[in-house]
Amino acid sequence: MLERKVVSPEYMFFEAPREKKYLIGNEAVAEAVKRANVDMVISYPITPQSEATHIVGDIYAQGYVKDYYRGEDEFNVMSAMAGAAMGGVRAFTATSGPGTLRAFEMFPCWAGERLPIVCAFMTRGVNSPLTIQPDNIEIGWLADTGMLIFHAEDPQDFFDMILQAYVIAEQPDVHLPVGVCADGFFVTHTREIVELTPEDEMLPPYDPSVSPVVTMDMETVPVRHMKDPFVMKSNYISYNTHASWQQEVRAAAERARKYITRYMGSPVEVVHPGAEILFMASGTAAAQARVAMERMRAEGIDIGLVKIKVIRPFPEKEITELAEVPRIIIIPEHNITGWLARDIKSRVNNNAKIYGGPRVFGGMTMPPEMLVEETKKLLLNLVTA
Amino acid sequence: MYVCRDWGGQGMVTAANLLGMAAVNDGNYSIVIPFFGAEKRLAPTESYVRISSQKVYEKGEVGYPDVIMVFHPEVITKGKCYTMPFYYGLRPNGWLIINAESPLLSEEDARSIADLNVRVLYVPASRIALDVAGTELATNMSLLGGLAGATDIVTLEGLEKAISQRFGGGKFIASATTAALDDVLKKKYAKTQELLEKNMAAIRKTCEFVKNSPSADSTPS
Repeated sequence: MLERKVVSPEYMFFEAPREKKYLIGNEAVAEAVKRANVDMVISYPITPQSEATHIVGDIYAQGYVKDYYRGEDEFNVMSAMAGAAMGGVRAFTATSGPGTLRAFEMFPCWAGERLPIVCAFMTRGVNSPLTIQPDNIEIGWLADTGMLIFHAEDPQDFFDMILQAYVIAEQPDVHLPVGVCADGFFVTHTREIVELTPEDEMLPPYDPSVSPVVTMDMETVPVRHMKDPFVMKSNYISYNTHASWQQEVRAAAERARKYITRYMGSPVEVVHPGAEILFMASGTAAAQARVAMERMRAEGIDIGLVKIKVIRPFPEKEITELAEVPRIIIIPEHNITGWLARDIKSRVNNNAKIYGGPRVFGGMTMPPEMLVEETKKLLLNLVTA
Repeated sequence: MYVCRDWGGQGMVTAANLLGMAAVNDGNYSIVIPFFGAEKRLAPTESYVRISSQKVYEKGEVGYPDVIMVFHPEVITKGKCYTMPFYYGLRPNGWLIINAESPLLSEEDARSIADLNVRVLYVPASRIALDVAGTELATNMSLLGGLAGATDIVTLEGLEKAISQRFGGGKFIASATTAALDDVLKKKYAKTQELLEKNMAAIRKTCEFVKNSPSADSTPS
C-alpha cells in the first residue's frame, strides 16, 4: 500500500492533477473506493457488479480498506451495512437488479436511520424472464426510498460521483444514504479513458461525532426510535413521530441541494439550452442522445441535451426552467416504465410537448440511429399537424 | 468501429481489450464493451471496439461496424452468432477477417458480401498461433496481427505496449475467470517475458502473412 495523505474534498475534486487510465466502470469504482478512505466494505456477488467488489477485495488485501467481508445474501449485506454505519464507520457496497430488490427493505431503513452509506447500483434487468443485461428499472423504485440518487453516464462519472456522494452524504444537515447508479455493462464493463486523482491522496476520514443521530456502541444506546420503537404504542404520538420523521428525511434531501451545487457543479449538464428540441436523459441514454444530437445538428436540426445527473433530490427548478424554451422534449430511457418521463412530466407546465420515449429495455442497445429516426418522425408529425 | 465475434472462452474479449488499449497507446480514444450471456465456454460472445481521434460517447453494441473479426469458424458455419447473418450491419467497403484455413462462406453470403464490396480475409490464425507461440491459445493474438496487417487502425508498437501492460505485471485487472486462464497460460510459458515475446511473435507473423496475402489490399470482384 502507498503512503497516503488526506486532502480536502475541494482540492481533490477541483484542483488535484488527474492521470488518464484506460479502465472499465467496475475498475473505476474500486479506484474511487481507494480514494474515499472507506472503513468497511461488505459484498455479495451479482453480475454485472461482481467485479467491482472483487477488486475492492483486492485493495482491502493491500490495506486501502480497513475491513471487508462477503455477506450471505443481499439482504444480509444491506442490513450489515446499516450496522456498520450506525457504529460510526464509512461504509461501501454495491449490487445489481435482483440483488437490489432482495435487499429493498433496507434502503428506506438507511434513510430513516440517517445513515450516510454509499451504495453503487450497477443496474440490471429484473426477473422474470431471467436476464443479466442492462436495464435501469430499479432506479425508479429507489427514487422513493428517501435516498439521494445519482446516475452516471460513463466510468468517469461513476468514479467522480462515488467520491462526491460521500462528501454530500456526510454533511451533518444531510446525513442520508446515496445510491450511485450506473447502467450495467454499458458502464460497468465498458473500457474507456478515466481521469483519476493521485492514488496517494484520500478524503478526510468520516467524523461520526457530527452525526445528527447518535453513533451506537456498547456504551451508547441506539437512536431513540430504534431502542424504543413507537410501533409498540398505537397512539397519536407514535403516528405523528413517524410522519414527521419521514418529512425530516425529505427535508434533509432538500438541504443536500446546496452541497450538490458546491461539489458537483450542478445536478444537470446542459448542451445547447436554447434549442427548439431538447433531449432530457440520464445515464447512458444521455450518452446515446449526445451522439444523436451531434448527428442531427450536423444536418441543421436545432436540438440540445439536458443530462440529469441527480435523480434525487429531483432538480425541479432547473428542469422546469429549461422546459420553458423548447417546442419538443424527448426523454429516451433504458427501462419500460419511463420513471424519468414521469418525474419530468409531473413538474413541467404544458407537458403535452413532452415525448416520453423512446424506451429500450431488456438489455438491448439504444442506437443513436434510432433516436435520430424517432426525432425526425416527431418533427414530421409536428409539421403535418 | 469494430465487432469481434466468437465462441466464449477463446480469448476474443481479451483481444478486444488489447485492441482498445493499443489504440489508446497510439494516441486515440477508444471504447470497448463485451457482450455475452451467463459466462460459459462455447456460447456466442461478442465484443465491440470503437476507435476515434476524438472522445467517443456512444455505448453498447456497434450496429454498423467497419470491420468484423470472426475468431472461430463455427460463428459462420453453425450460426453461433447474435445476429443472422453473421455480417448483419457491416458497412460497405468494410473488412471481414475470419480465422480459417480456407474460404467457408455459403454462396449466398459470398454474394451479399461481394455486393457490399467488403474485403474478405481468411487468416489461419490458430495454425500460426500453434506454430509460432506453441499454443492455440494465442489465436486471439494472431488475429490482432491480422488486423494490424490489413488496416492502419492500430500499430504494432501500440499492440506491443498493450500486451506488456496486460500480461507484464502492469495494473490491468482481469476478471476472475480470465485470471484463471492467465494462470494456465503463465504456467505453460513459465516466464512472463517468454509469454510476451511469443504473443508478439504470433502478432508479427500474422501481420506479415496478411501483408503478403493478395486480398490484403484488393477488393473482391
